[in-house]
Amino acid sequence: MSVETVEAGGRANGPANAGSGDGATVLRVSDLSVRFAGQPVDTIDGVSFTLSAGRTLCLVGESGCGKSVTSLATMRLLPEKAARITSGEARFEDRDMLRLSRREIERVRGDRMAMIFQEPMTSLNPVFKVGDQVAEAVARHRKVGRREARERALEMFRRVQIPAPERRLDDYPHQLSGGMRQRVMIAMALANDPKLLIADEPTTALDVTIQAQILRLMRTLQDESGAAMLLITHDLGVVADIADEVAVMYAGRIVESGPVETIFNDPQHPYTIGLMSSMPTLGAPKGRLATIPGSVPSPFEFPPGCRFATRCPFAQTRCFSEVPPFERNDDGHGWACWRTPIETIAEAGGHA
Amino acid sequence: MRSRSLTKLLANPSALFGLALVCFFIAVAILAPILPLDGPAATDWGAIRKAPSAAHWLGTDDLGRDLLSRMVWGARASLMAGVVSVFIAVVVGVPFGLVAGYFGGWVDQIISRIVDALLSTPFLILAIALAAFLGPSLTNAMIAIGLSAMPVFVRLTRGQVLAVKTEDYVEGARAIGLGHGRILARYILPNVFAPILVQATLTVATAIIAEASLSFLGLGQQPPAPSWGSMLNTAKNFLDQAPWMALWPGIAIFLVVIGFNLLGDGLRDALDPREI
Repeated sequence: MSVETVEAGGRANGPANAGSGDGATVLRVSDLSVRFAGQPVDTIDGVSFTLSAGRTLCLVGESGCGKSVTSLATMRLLPEKAARITSGEARFEDRDMLRLSRREIERVRGDRMAMIFQEPMTSLNPVFKVGDQVAEAVARHRKVGRREARERALEMFRRVQIPAPERRLDDYPHQLSGGMRQRVMIAMALANDPKLLIADEPTTALDVTIQAQILRLMRTLQDESGAAMLLITHDLGVVADIADEVAVMYAGRIVESGPVETIFNDPQHPYTIGLMSSMPTLGAPKGRLATIPGSVPSPFEFPPGCRFATRCPFAQTRCFSEVPPFERNDDGHGWACWRTPIETIAEAGGHA
Repeated sequence: MRSRSLTKLLANPSALFGLALVCFFIAVAILAPILPLDGPAATDWGAIRKAPSAAHWLGTDDLGRDLLSRMVWGARASLMAGVVSVFIAVVVGVPFGLVAGYFGGWVDQIISRIVDALLSTPFLILAIALAAFLGPSLTNAMIAIGLSAMPVFVRLTRGQVLAVKTEDYVEGARAIGLGHGRILARYILPNVFAPILVQATLTVATAIIAEASLSFLGLGQQPPAPSWGSMLNTAKNFLDQAPWMALWPGIAIFLVVIGFNLLGDGLRDALDPREI
């Protein structure tokens, strides 16, 4: 089992944040492993990362690599019978989220730690007015009356820039567009001023122009509140837009992590390099868009060593049998690969 | 959303017809005490088994009782039996279905196996057995019918909950820190309610027939109080001499059942979110 560490906080050249307590560690996940019922190995294996106030960590990877499972495990939203947390710790405000009782965890969720989901179209209860749903999130965690909760909902609608907020409070979800619903979801998540916001592909279901608006809004609100944000995405455009730190996941392990510029300019892990070159760019097309051949293997087919070995053009015998250690340099840039730096292979003639 | 469903319901002619029938019988049942009628148990030895006439619009029965009055008061027994027994079935069945579907596991296993066992017995046979066990009275007949109809609601609710509990908004509710009770009450129940309402409306029709059957067998409404089923029971002895005695309760049962069925079908269409 590998232990990978990502230091997402304490970056000197990060954007200035107005929020208080900037840089203080909010969430420290260490050695998190999750095993699904009936599977031979831990699907999520030894994931570690740290998240600081006012910072955004993007968890990147293709579908099925375990990004969402990692975040759901942190929130303790995984179905306990089907997905067992086999090791690790998720320290949030001096308490290990993975060891809290159900009641304690329900008190934290939606209050100190909130979540935004991918599908705004289905994430709101269709039978209640959206204002009441936001008010419910407030009333759950604060000792307020109906009117105060509604006032707070209205205030949140204003903050997420919903036009005509007084009228929108009494709308049902189906009366709102996808972008508006996602604003409502954000209002609900931020209603109790959480210290940590987990956003699971918050813009994937929206069209591109709305995506940019929502991202900008989230960034603004985060600057105002100083909350830490864990953003899960497969969209490298979003990452470039919003991330301070990036952690790249492949098949349940973090393979590379570091400050956003470093990951984009100097990726080290072959998987990260593959991801970067499969991103389309503006301008005249130059040949075919690069792809990584094959797909993520099932947990039954994971090699004992590096899980990317089956698709890696640089893999050697050792890659299949031994798990590469996650090593980090002084810049906070770390990766887990036996073959780096890749440049040396290329110069030596690249016996892939 | 609700108003859209209502508009759809009111635009459906057969549903409207059903609604009108149901409303008519409910109005008759409610107005029974203030209608200018003889008492339903008042006998007149001078007018035994008389055909419909100006004095007795629907004729009289073998004891000279006014059939119109008995039909009107009988509507109370029939409708009450239909509605109350379905109410019992819903109040008992829906919570079991919610718990079974939401929590799953051994709770679900136990509830579902009991429901399977109950469903393996034909509805009316079960109702007759329960009513015979509880003793003949209208109240016991309603309890028996309610309990016999309950398994359908458990199974229906459970199935709906299984579909709804994986919805994103239920996970969202957990993410804002709501507990199981609140999620069940505010997020699950309202979203499984439409099919339950449709099933309940349709089951009222079944329950009315069941009450008539139990009363026909002497397990429901006890004489001299009238119900349509017990009136049929008496009427069967005089089919040659006084066929009208059987005709009116038969027509009434037919109409009220078709009314509830049309209304239920209309509700199903109106509440179906897939159709605009």
